[in-house]
Amino acid sequence: MKHTRSLLLFATALSTAVAAFAAEMSVGFIYVGPKDDYGYNQSQSEGCAGIQKLPWLKATEEASVPETTAAQETMRNMIELEGASLIFPTSFGYFDPHILKVAKQYPKVQFLHCGGLYDATKHPANVGSYFGYIDEAVYVAGIVAGHTTKSGKLGFIAAKPIPQVLRNINAYLLGARSVNPAATVQVVFTGDWSVPVKEAESATSLINQGVDVLTCHVDSPKVIIETAERRGVYVTGYHVNGAKLAPKGYLTGAEWNWTKVYTDYAEAVKAGKTLAAGTIPHLVRGGLKEGFVSISPYGPAVSAAAKKDAEAAKAGLIEGSLVIFKGPLKDNTGKEILPAGKAYLQQDLALESMGWLVDGVIGGTKG
Amino acid sequence: MNASESIGWWGVVLGIFAGALRGGTPFLLVSLGECLTEKSGKINLGLEGTLLMGAMSAYAVSYHSGNPWLGVIAAFGTGAGLGAIHALLVSRPKVNDVAAGIAMLIFGSGLAFYLGKSYIRPSAPQLPALSLGGWSELPQLQAALKLSPLFVLGAGLAFLLSWAFNCTRWGLRVRAVGDAPVAALALGMSVKKVRFVAIVLGSAIAGLGGAHLSLFYPGAWTEAISSGQGLMAVALVIFARWRPVHCLYASMIFGGTQAIAPALQAIGITSGYYLWNAAPYVLTLVVMVITCSPKRTLAGSPGALGTSS
Repeated sequence: MKHTRSLLLFATALSTAVAAFAAEMSVGFIYVGPKDDYGYNQSQSEGCAGIQKLPWLKATEEASVPETTAAQETMRNMIELEGASLIFPTSFGYFDPHILKVAKQYPKVQFLHCGGLYDATKHPANVGSYFGYIDEAVYVAGIVAGHTTKSGKLGFIAAKPIPQVLRNINAYLLGARSVNPAATVQVVFTGDWSVPVKEAESATSLINQGVDVLTCHVDSPKVIIETAERRGVYVTGYHVNGAKLAPKGYLTGAEWNWTKVYTDYAEAVKAGKTLAAGTIPHLVRGGLKEGFVSISPYGPAVSAAAKKDAEAAKAGLIEGSLVIFKGPLKDNTGKEILPAGKAYLQQDLALESMGWLVDGVIGGTKG
Repeated sequence: MNASESIGWWGVVLGIFAGALRGGTPFLLVSLGECLTEKSGKINLGLEGTLLMGAMSAYAVSYHSGNPWLGVIAAFGTGAGLGAIHALLVSRPKVNDVAAGIAMLIFGSGLAFYLGKSYIRPSAPQLPALSLGGWSELPQLQAALKLSPLFVLGAGLAFLLSWAFNCTRWGLRVRAVGDAPVAALALGMSVKKVRFVAIVLGSAIAGLGGAHLSLFYPGAWTEAISSGQGLMAVALVIFARWRPVHCLYASMIFGGTQAIAPALQAIGITSGYYLWNAAPYVLTLVVMVITCSPKRTLAGSPGALGTSS
């Protein structure tokens, strides 16, 4: 009896060892919230599931890790216990000081952070950052929204007035106005990334004011999409495909496609490339063209004309003939942002410090 | 689909009114539960955890059984269970009820997050609404007058508790135990038993508040669903001076303040939203500052509250 048991234990240990040996590379993913929230964390977790299909790779995930020293502990565990050689701490607030601190202790491990915070003059060489131009997908969703709205009023529920959020709001309006010059976007800032009661309250208030297409930039759009469906208005999604939550009213949505990004990184590391040697670039960005972002399949309420315009814009963004932020462009206080003939290309740093809302957006950036 | 006509400033009024009904319900049920508990002379700070466990269990049971009412019963039962643990803890000599309550808060929320992981994604059947707006042609008003059955239950419970505390043997016993446990003991009452029942029942009522959050409004299970409402409801009991009917009014004020910031922004008032977003918390602080005094106990405060007896 005793023998059988120890034999069994030995066999289990052996098979684990073999499995660990067969998987050459270990990758760690850290999320700030639950990984099936129909939001940002789910998009990251889908990216992890995507690269787990690579036979030579083993991925470990840890969800709901707060932006505190707990994140450092998780990173160390992944390196020491799982032997991770590549780590993706996905939340914005993990970067400073948590990633910077752990990265200094483990110079052989590659740390890649989602955002655009890397600065070669200040940060360790084994740290890099990547981000997607999701405003391109939001622009296309705005076109569909502009086509579908009857009242001409679109609603945008946003967490905080930071550049990434403002850029999406502006892209949504510019997309809508490209097909419906009278469209406006009404913004409600909830003040935080995940406040479900306030998000539901914001959706209800906007719908009460005649808004008939809603979208958002919060951690989890689930409550907003469900509220829109219950009140019988349309919605365009964010982060991941939310069509299941609103089978009638879901038009399309801006989605992340991290699988592509993570596969590229994993293959580079497998090939022996490193950030420190400069064989992996420290800053990686991409939009529709690079496959970093995509749009959800169109819902049943999207007209043929809307689909045609949306596809045309998508093609234009991919080949570079369409620029989202181009003059003449005024902000909603009347100040000129860009004169006619000038434009901000996607790589332009001015877009990453955006502090304005374009004319047609009803909302304030000051709080 | 239904593009509503814009209703301008009426939207703010309607938003606050509807927010009072929808957003006030968790405050109402938690504060009634806390009121009952405190009337017996003990405090339960763990109701935030009870609220989360109630929300999670209601959502999970509704999802698996397909019947949201079973979810409501589950929330009530989970609340009672957590209440029983707290009641057993504080019935021991030298156990501080404030400290035990904080431990229960951490335990309840941690357990809810742990058990609730797999229920974040699925959509559970929701409680049916009581629609009182059929007479109006405004879709906004119809939507605002879709009452939560748990709000109706809570409002009824507020009057029932008020009557019970004043006119029934059972209610007077709870008050006697809360005001003067030594005297109650001398009269032959079992202080421990009465407190046990009051804490368990109070926690069960608070659990119902969780069912409202996950099965009615906003109608989803996420870890951020309660965002401190269970704690604010404890402050609200003090504001309401331990009177159940006042808990109803106070909850509606708190629920209404949550709706101010979104409603103002929706009509284009774009400045000051951080301030308005903080309104419920500011209100809590103001209530605490006004009602707090080192020199006297509050009128209406149960005599044994905060003492070791």
